[in-house]
Amino acid sequence: MTHRFHLNGMYIVVDPCSGGVHVVDEIAYEMIGAYEQTEREALIRETAERFGESPEEVAACYDQITGLKERGKLFSPDVFEPMAGELKQRTAGVVKALCLHVAHTCNLNCAYCFASQGKYHGERAVMPFEVGKQALDFLVANSGGRKNLEVDFFGGEPLMNFEVVKQLVAYARSIEAEHGKRFRFTLTTNGMLIDDEVIDFANREMSNVVLSLDGRKEIHDRCRVDYAGNGSWERIVPKFQRLVEKRGGKNYYMRGTFTHANPDFLEDIRVMLDLGFTELSMEPVVCAEGDPAALTEEDLPIVMRQYEELARLMLSRRKEGRPFTFYHYMLDLSGGPCIYKRISGCGSGTEYMAVTPWGDLYPCHQFVGEEGFRLGDVWQGVTREAVRQEFAACNVYAREECRDCWARLYCSGGCAANAWHATGSVRGVYRLGCELFRKRMECAIMIQAALATEGQA
Amino acid sequence: MKHIQTLETRDLCESAKQGGCGECQTSCQSACKTSCGIANQQCEKKGENK
Repeated sequence: MTHRFHLNGMYIVVDPCSGGVHVVDEIAYEMIGAYEQTEREALIRETAERFGESPEEVAACYDQITGLKERGKLFSPDVFEPMAGELKQRTAGVVKALCLHVAHTCNLNCAYCFASQGKYHGERAVMPFEVGKQALDFLVANSGGRKNLEVDFFGGEPLMNFEVVKQLVAYARSIEAEHGKRFRFTLTTNGMLIDDEVIDFANREMSNVVLSLDGRKEIHDRCRVDYAGNGSWERIVPKFQRLVEKRGGKNYYMRGTFTHANPDFLEDIRVMLDLGFTELSMEPVVCAEGDPAALTEEDLPIVMRQYEELARLMLSRRKEGRPFTFYHYMLDLSGGPCIYKRISGCGSGTEYMAVTPWGDLYPCHQFVGEEGFRLGDVWQGVTREAVRQEFAACNVYAREECRDCWARLYCSGGCAANAWHATGSVRGVYRLGCELFRKRMECAIMIQAALATEGQA
Repeated sequence: MKHIQTLETRDLCESAKQGGCGECQTSCQSACKTSCGIANQQCEKKGENK
């Protein structure tokens, strides 16, 4: 299987199973498309006639293609299926990341919140220090030989329980050395409670900060309102700017959500850039079909155009010396994940779990509150082995729909929660999400291709 | 005329030999929280492996 696409004036061929990426001319593009179905002499003759090129030149191109095939860079077969599940088997029972729901409450009342205003369909609650401490002990005890442990302070709005966040970070730091671990913390916040103390703390202790901003004021304030119905844009933007300014280059993301109200989300990205933010993420809304915020089939072509325009904007701003990052386009073709990671997926329910304010464990933050997916708790660990097994068996080969998809080793089969919401099964696929993902990957690959061939005629 | 330019990429078959240490970041911890992408993650051993 190969995947060919034409984008931004470039002809690009991806060999999904080797990871190969080739920038080609139109002759090679067409020949690669017909290579496996057409005999050599016929293909050379037909191509030469079609392009008005000499048969010798076309033959040279054909032989280049054959050479790439022989070197395992084109038409590579998928030989990885027997390895599926091996990584998860090797690391069975090892947990390396927790999403700590330190506050199931929020000071905003966002219309599209997948967590139902932070409550996750349950009661408002904040995590006591003792529960968080037990969660960290559970993580250390179950992390096997892993050195790097990740903890995300999430909610609701985690800064509504800031004292406990500080205590938990202090506790984690106090046990790192004796256990040979390194904690990497992330804070995801709506910004309402950011002050100088939060900024200093976050910039000292958090490896990453995720700041929720939807872009244009009118778009942001349409959904991200307080309980009185007032938009939050004007209150949070100066705080985010101050935090980022003082962050000194440490990792952060300005994370927006786009909905049916703004499929033209590139305008929101432009606003983020104008505000001085350069590390950006923009995510399609997650909500039930029929929800007014849900993206529709009619939105799809608009969204696709945004992704393409965004890629072009990144290239042009880079040329101008004003580069920025888009989370989904951060493709490192030579330093990306190994095949084990690519076939085993995000690790939800196995190496990654979410913890509720009262200490229950769920496969990830998006399953919190769904009783059928509760794994156990931070005192007894995983007690519902069947749920863990369901997620352990969830890999790219567990989904029939992924078998013919060129992007399967880029997404690993997709998000289990999205699949479950869309199909009722964690082994289903969320088709709209797949279409958006494939477009994002084409754009990300095109950017890498453009950078690699920059300056060439 | 050069018809094909091959970019430098990590060979996925080769990565099977040394990969699988599991030290890399959990993808949903980084920014998205609502979708899954693996390809944009970094290998923790970047530079050591090919």
